[in-house]
Amino acid sequence: MSPTAERRLLTGWGRTAPSAAQLVRPSSPAQLDALVHGATRPLVARGLGRSYGDAAQAAGGTVIDVTGMSSVLGFNSTTGVLRVQGGASLDSVMRMLVPRGWFVPVTPGTRFVTLGGAIASDIHGKNHHVDGSFCSHVESLVLATPIGRVEVSPTNDPELFWATAGGMGLTGVVLEATLRMIPVETSWMLVDTERAADLDDCLDRMQKRDGEYRYSVAWVDCLARGRNLGRAVITRANHARIPDLSAAGHSAPERASSDRAASDRAATRIASRHLGRAGFDPLAFDPRVALNVPFVAPPGLLNTLSLSAFNEAWYRKAPRQVSTRPEPMASFFHPLDGVGAWNRLYGPRGFLQYQLVVPFGAEDTIRAVIEQLAGRRVASFLAVLKSFGPGNPGPLSFPIAGWTLALDLPAGQAGLSEVLDDLDEQVAEAGGRVYLAKDSRLRPELLASMYPRLDEWRAVRRRVDPDGLIASDLGRRLSLCEDPTGARTGDSATHGSQKREGHLGRLEPAR
Amino acid sequence: MNDATGMPQSAVVIGGTSEIAGALLQALVRRRLRRVVLAGRDEQALAKVAAHLQAAGAEQATVMAFDVTEVAGHAAFAGEAARALGQVDMVLVAAGILGEQSESETDPEAAARVLTTNQTGPAAAMVAFAAELRRQGHGRIVVLSSVAGIRVRQANFVYGASKAGLDGFAQGLSDSLAGSGVSVTIVRPGFVRTRMTAGMDPAPLATTAEAVAADIVRALERGSPVVWSPPAMRWIFAVLRVLPRSLWRRLPG
Repeated sequence: MSPTAERRLLTGWGRTAPSAAQLVRPSSPAQLDALVHGATRPLVARGLGRSYGDAAQAAGGTVIDVTGMSSVLGFNSTTGVLRVQGGASLDSVMRMLVPRGWFVPVTPGTRFVTLGGAIASDIHGKNHHVDGSFCSHVESLVLATPIGRVEVSPTNDPELFWATAGGMGLTGVVLEATLRMIPVETSWMLVDTERAADLDDCLDRMQKRDGEYRYSVAWVDCLARGRNLGRAVITRANHARIPDLSAAGHSAPERASSDRAASDRAATRIASRHLGRAGFDPLAFDPRVALNVPFVAPPGLLNTLSLSAFNEAWYRKAPRQVSTRPEPMASFFHPLDGVGAWNRLYGPRGFLQYQLVVPFGAEDTIRAVIEQLAGRRVASFLAVLKSFGPGNPGPLSFPIAGWTLALDLPAGQAGLSEVLDDLDEQVAEAGGRVYLAKDSRLRPELLASMYPRLDEWRAVRRRVDPDGLIASDLGRRLSLCEDPTGARTGDSATHGSQKREGHLGRLEPAR
Repeated sequence: MNDATGMPQSAVVIGGTSEIAGALLQALVRRRLRRVVLAGRDEQALAKVAAHLQAAGAEQATVMAFDVTEVAGHAAFAGEAARALGQVDMVLVAAGILGEQSESETDPEAAARVLTTNQTGPAAAMVAFAAELRRQGHGRIVVLSSVAGIRVRQANFVYGASKAGLDGFAQGLSDSLAGSGVSVTIVRPGFVRTRMTAGMDPAPLATTAEAVAADIVRALERGSPVVWSPPAMRWIFAVLRVLPRSLWRRLPG
């Protein structure tokens, strides 16, 4: 029996640029195979819809909802190797395995992503400087492609494996993945929080001591100007071990000061409220959604004024000196998951996320970005700054060694697209790039300079999708799948070859 | 595809020689617009517009012969334009004539010509493209209406009535497209100094094609369904719309 299709209007998490497609939810790999194999129109897979832009949309085509295929196929509790279907969420994996002492090797800021999406975006987390990105922990994949089902691993077909890592779902649908989980003793994190007065202070503190932590991130106030430019709250953590959660709260740190001692006492009180309880399970993992945003907020709720006030409060709330406290995994990794549908707060026009990375040495570009956004009063929620370790072999995998900065920006602000276009130029110039899983507005001409191995990726992609059947709105908007002559596009299936009168060739990016 | 900031990469222009259309296309080519189909009767004039767009950075600017009053061919034309572009992100409906009011008042054919060119033809073209965009699952129709259609004045009531009809049609079409991924943006400029109004005394708040284009770009960014240009027209017409008829009739111009 074939699954029913329904015409649906879809957007990404940012709720911008909606497009309608046939949404199909296969419930078995066989049904999925049939869909991908017999495709006559552009199609792309969609998981939980957490990509900010248009990566999981295919206007006028078919969008395959993979969440109906979310079974765990096997787990080896000695090695921590997990085999799972592509539609399973990190949330379900954590709920199953954290109580057994295993955590996902990489988690983004939300648990509500699928394994397939994690691979297609080659997601990273706060531990990139130590552990790299998601696909570095994947042992093998089963892909449904227009030429049939293929099993790929970094050894049996490194080209296709790494083209899929960060390939935005354009090399096929991830049916299954086998990955290595990491062992943990508890479901708690030992979190150090500190303030940085400005950007230099922040970068300096991160450079000096990130090595001591598996997880590190800074929340930067991009609305602060002048001597406060780039002020930040840095939170860094390691997985808490059983002794860390002993009755005394947690191990007394060496770097004690009186301030420090006071905050430690407070933290101990909080911790022991949970930890001192009889029958306390150090591996318990059952995070809840505390509240839901019930409807789309009126336009302009999140503006320069309200966001400045929020950012100010966030900064003031953080301790001046390093303070250590245990925190449940969910509140450390996924604070926003506690608020359902928080994307509605941005109102009907939605929002976009701008995430860039520049190599170490290009700190001036990070400063310039923050300066220009603050200077032009572009409203932004706290930005996330972190350092990346070395990248992996994926031609479209986002992370490279350097600094990454991510900002949520209400869409529809006057002049926003021009500001971001300017920033793109500077990022590309510095040898950096923007993250495709977040993108919703990059100028296509800059893509090849940001991802110099694009043609290599296109060639591998064509191997599994010679007729250009897999296509997304993101892919079309950025001409991702098109070779430079424009001969092959994801649209060819519906529209035939394009007529190109007056073709002047590709534009050079304006400098 | 339209991006998150509302900027299109491809466009079909009906009435490609319109000065407002030309100014808007130039502004959009500076952003993301790369492929354009220019439709209209005067192919030579369209070829000039096409050359300008290519000089400004458009990769493709295709001229197609098209008479907005020949509605029988509209459906086929919409299909042809869509094939030429691959994806149609924007359809700009800019065909229109002012007509000579005194002639329109006395000559039935002249009156019908204004109404067919400004209202019947463009409405039929919108129907044809709405079907195309619906199939495609996304896209935006931008239609040039006028404040003249908000409350029709005796001084230019044939033109005003044609725009009133077009504006109402576009509003209804917009509602009928809700949930389809296709949206409609209605542009209501005041007096714009162009070839169309050459030799006329400019009305208060007279504007330019470039200023109207900038207002449209801003509306695309914000996702506004209606663009008043200049924006103050919105408030002026909020008042004029409810003015007692005895007063309205006596307004100058």
